[in-house]
Amino acid sequence: MERFDIAVIGSGPGGMSAAAHAAELGLSHVLLEGSPKHSNTIQKYQKGKHVMATPTKLPLRSPLDFAEGTREYILDKWEEGMTSTNTNIQYGSEVTGIDGAKGDFTITLANGSKVGAKSIILGIGVQGNPRKLPCPGAELEHVQYQLDDPDEYNGERIAIVGAGDAAIENAVGLAGQNKVCIINRRDEFARAKQGNLDLITSSISDGKIECFYEANPARIEENPSDESRYVFVLSTPTGEVPVPIDRIIARLGAIPPRKLVESFGIEFPNDSPAALPELSSQYESNVPGMYVIGALGGYPLIKQAMNQGYEVVEYIQGNDIEPADHPLFVEAFDGLPYDKSVDEILEYLQNSSPIYNGINPLNFREFILDSKVSKRAPGDELCVNGEFTNSFFVVIDGNAFVKLPGVGEFHFNRGDFFGEQSLISGRRRTATVYAGDDCVVVETPRRSMVKLINSVDSVKRVLDEAFILRALHSKFTPNTAHAELAEVVANTELRTFDANQDIYTEGEEGDEVHLIRIGSVTSVKQSNNKEVITSYMPVGHYFGETGVLGHGVRTDTVRANVRTETICLSKDSFVTLMDKEPGLQNEIQSHIRDRLTVEARMEAQPKGGELMSFLMGEGLGEGTDVLLIDETLCVGCDNCEKACAETHDGNSRLNREAGASFADVHVPISCRHCEHPHCMKDCPPDAIHRASDGEVFIDQEACIGCGNCVRNCPYDVISLQKNPAPKPTLLHWLMTGKGPGPGGKEYADGETIKKAVKCDACKDNAGGAACVRACPTGAAMRLNPKEFVDLVGSRFGS
Amino acid sequence: MYQSILNFKRARYLWVALALSIVSIAAYWWHQPVGLPNGGTWLGYTLGTVGAMLIVWLLLLGMRKRSYRSNMGTVQGWTSAHVYLGTALLLVGTLHAGFQFGANVHTLAYVLMVVVIVSGFFGIFVYMRYPNLMTYNRSGDTLDGLLEKIHKVDDRSRRIANTPNLSRLVESAIDGCQIGGSWWQQLSGSGRSIMSVPFAMDPDAQEKAQSNKDHKLVIDVLANRLSQLGGGEEAGAVTSLLANFAAKQTLLRRIRRDVQIRAILKIWLYFHVPLSFGLLAALIAHVVVVFFYW
Ligand SMILES: Cc1cc2nc3c(=O)[nH]c(=O)nc-3n(C[C@H](O)[C@H](O)[C@H](O)COP(=O)(O)OP(=O)(O)OC[C@H]3O[C@@H](n4cnc5c(N)ncnc54)[C@H](O)[C@@H]3O)c2cc1C
Ligand code: HEM
Ligand code: SF4
Ligand code: SF4
Ligand code: SF4
Repeated sequence: MERFDIAVIGSGPGGMSAAAHAAELGLSHVLLEGSPKHSNTIQKYQKGKHVMATPTKLPLRSPLDFAEGTREYILDKWEEGMTSTNTNIQYGSEVTGIDGAKGDFTITLANGSKVGAKSIILGIGVQGNPRKLPCPGAELEHVQYQLDDPDEYNGERIAIVGAGDAAIENAVGLAGQNKVCIINRRDEFARAKQGNLDLITSSISDGKIECFYEANPARIEENPSDESRYVFVLSTPTGEVPVPIDRIIARLGAIPPRKLVESFGIEFPNDSPAALPELSSQYESNVPGMYVIGALGGYPLIKQAMNQGYEVVEYIQGNDIEPADHPLFVEAFDGLPYDKSVDEILEYLQNSSPIYNGINPLNFREFILDSKVSKRAPGDELCVNGEFTNSFFVVIDGNAFVKLPGVGEFHFNRGDFFGEQSLISGRRRTATVYAGDDCVVVETPRRSMVKLINSVDSVKRVLDEAFILRALHSKFTPNTAHAELAEVVANTELRTFDANQDIYTEGEEGDEVHLIRIGSVTSVKQSNNKEVITSYMPVGHYFGETGVLGHGVRTDTVRANVRTETICLSKDSFVTLMDKEPGLQNEIQSHIRDRLTVEARMEAQPKGGELMSFLMGEGLGEGTDVLLIDETLCVGCDNCEKACAETHDGNSRLNREAGASFADVHVPISCRHCEHPHCMKDCPPDAIHRASDGEVFIDQEACIGCGNCVRNCPYDVISLQKNPAPKPTLLHWLMTGKGPGPGGKEYADGETIKKAVKCDACKDNAGGAACVRACPTGAAMRLNPKEFVDLVGSRFGS
Repeated sequence: MYQSILNFKRARYLWVALALSIVSIAAYWWHQPVGLPNGGTWLGYTLGTVGAMLIVWLLLLGMRKRSYRSNMGTVQGWTSAHVYLGTALLLVGTLHAGFQFGANVHTLAYVLMVVVIVSGFFGIFVYMRYPNLMTYNRSGDTLDGLLEKIHKVDDRSRRIANTPNLSRLVESAIDGCQIGGSWWQQLSGSGRSIMSVPFAMDPDAQEKAQSNKDHKLVIDVLANRLSQLGGGEEAGAVTSLLANFAAKQTLLRRIRRDVQIRAILKIWLYFHVPLSFGLLAALIAHVVVVFFYW
């Protein structure tokens, strides 16, 4: 067994940088890479992809070069860098196990060989390894787990195994010039996006692709006759079927690396898929001598990974160097009233609030870098009632306060926090908070908070408690002191419902009251054996109160439109609240009266209920600002698309004609500005934000064009686009006819950078949505789902 | 909630236009000019100025429509005002002229104005009526969706055709079927369909290209063929092909209707706009002549 001082596992930007630095220092080292080439994640980017070097302000610290450029250029540079530093890389060395302890680790590779090391640096990223075919022959030469360019294959017999989006896209991409079959374990394609589902079912029914349903790979054999390369034997309900085949592409998803990492002894704080391993400020895991860098440690950008590779080698050598982001902190802390070093301030911040207790110092560093620490002048508005911002605040020094009518000012002091309502509900701010005397606050963007909530259990608990207390207080008992509500809060329960799940049904007994804190619901009634939707309720609304005030039998069915969470109050708790607040009873009665009138109106229009169901079915229930087109007015002039393109760098962010219609209401493809935007889920540079009026937008400077949001948006509203060249003015075009006219575009030569573009609800335009204002016939309108009831009324009302 | 161009803000510009009309009529009624009423009196000048300003403003709709960043009202509001005030212009212009016409540049301007306004009437009629027809015709599908369906029907026909002659027949029918085409073809909702029938199926036709309008010919030929065959494999294919081409016929009718409606919704602007520029030219000539050569 060969032994090294440092073994680096995974040759992504992080691992490569570490190994190259070790080589540069002349240390005994090895870089173990599972695939046949270095940086597998980057190799898999689309050909010619422009790779960004964000964050721009962060200096690079690595023996390898890295600056913005094409994928090919960057990969070449790294290759050169590894050669010139004499980096000892071993390809095809997938690591499957690690035993031993600091100073004497034994690494096991997939081929059974072993490597010894004193320290280990793990940089295996988060992409995971593709799931292999579970049958003999899975390692044959023409069995592959990825498809770069479908055009490379011609006139072959190809089997695609899998039923997800990747399998379908590959199958359809290859079917034009090859004979393709797709092997599906089930009897339908349940996991695919709607568009792909349509594609594959029509390709199958047209005979372009053959499909084997309920078929499992049994084995792959070399074909003794020359007719095809292999015989792919499938086991089906009717017995084994041999299929002559030249190439097999299995798209069975990736195995997340977590299990493997845990088998090395590294611990994660909880089961959440977003949880990150615990690391020291020197990237050391709970296993001494085993270090974690790059995406696996929660740093999703190339430059960060490369810097960490460099730093971790220094730390292993015992050099306590300052991390590369040090200057960023110096800048960020400038202007704070503390005479302390960066590390001291960080410690001071972390000790300020119990919320920060459970975070490890390394993550806290990143957390603060993402946040904004500032001293605010007394009277400054920190967050404003009615705005859609969703950052989270912790008071470090001095205080901040809200003005509560009836109760007076409520103060937040050192360690207190606010902003959890909008963070959790995805809705407007429910109060304006002002800076008090000597106020220093940390303001953290949504993504970092979500990360924190997912990795530190105690944070979630503390936030939920505060959320419930404050929500009940502002909704039901604004004149009662917080302390008096403690008992009620302790007796509430948070309930979670999946999309389309009934929260309760008409006729059943029940007397609990629900206050919606995430998602939205519709209330449904049976009328002439048909379901009629009678109302739509978003976050902040409550339902079930008729159960408490009436005879305890539900008079309607309430159903979650999207994943929904409610604060559930027992009858007793609700009665307690009513006792505390004398006006509440009246208010609730008028609330019931209002609801009943709306319900009666909707019940009289069963067609309206169908329209409502259609709108909910299109996923509009989770939107906050939805573009709808009245087909009886639209003349198809496409001035809406032209207006959008003209006001947004030439790329229209809406597709008028695509999308579904019902009862003359058309839902074009355009962003709905979801309460909990799916697109934000996995954006490496955190480039997607929510503006104060709720507009979800992409910061074009920060976007690296990775396409994650394109995949994550269920409504297909994001696309990767090049930036068109500047255009002549309207007058110039009118006079000379040169250049593209309104709505048209041309690209500059050599323009290759693609970035994600989507509707930003024209947040920068004082007049609002350009598409709506440019429609000559009034057919285009942007609505909040709350207005759907009016829409239905205006369509079907008498 | 949604309002049409005519109902925009409870038809507020209808009232503006009515007010303008009433004032104009009243003034015309009250005014006792020396001699016949005409453009040269003080009222004539006033109405003329109002009319000219209206025309310039009506033309500005074309600018506003393309000033996508503008926050000056909405394009719908502008269009609503455009329609009502444009109509009022008919009255203002006529009163300005004092019903005096001749073969001169002044009357040319007047005639052009009337033509533009009438084309506008046609436009607003089309805008109010055709979107409904279009939606009804498409019944939930999109044009792309319909075209996609045609593609599939064609592919299926190709696969069904199981004799060389059937294949040639199918291929020729598919090849000769054109969607869209010239403005005229779009507007008439016809589109060119031609095909040649294989010799064995119709010796008289000599394999010459014939009209396959509305896919009647191919359906006839297939029906004929079916009556000649007394069962067998080819008969099965021919039956399926008949069903296929019947389906294609229905799809084509819907597509052509859709194309037709789209064309109608657009074509009138190709008259309305150039004519209104003609009007502007005539108007300038009219004013110049009045002031410099009277
Ligand atoms: C489409 C796309 C576009 C992106 N664009 C950009 C961009 O423009 N700019 C930017 O800064 N970031 C971008 N990113 C993010 C960037 O790719 C990652 O942050 C970065 O690759 C993380 O580096 P890493 O070293 O942690 O891991 P990775 O780059 O994921 O490398 C891990 C390596 O480990 C190997 N490996 C895995 N398991 C084993 C094992 N068991 N044994 C041995 N080897 C193993 C893998 O084969 C791989 O080579 C993009 C991401 C995607 C998906
Ligand atoms: C002399 C009188 C008029 C002039 C000079 C005039 C001029 C114009 C112009 C320049 C446009 C812009 C078209 C474009 O850029 O696409 C336009 C559009 C239009 N006009 Fe007129 N117009 C006149 C009268 C009328 C009248 C009387 C009506 C209706 C009763 C009318 C109805 C319309 C409509 C419906 C549009 C289309 C708006 C759109 O689709 O954007 N116009 N007109
Ligand atoms: S892009 Fe998609 S996921 Fe994001 S807010 Fe818009 S509709 Fe929602
Ligand atoms: S906006 Fe989309 S494409 Fe751009 S970086 Fe974020 S996830 Fe990637
Ligand atoms: S609101 Fe603005 S960005 Fe969104 S589709 Fe309309 S014009 Fe485009």
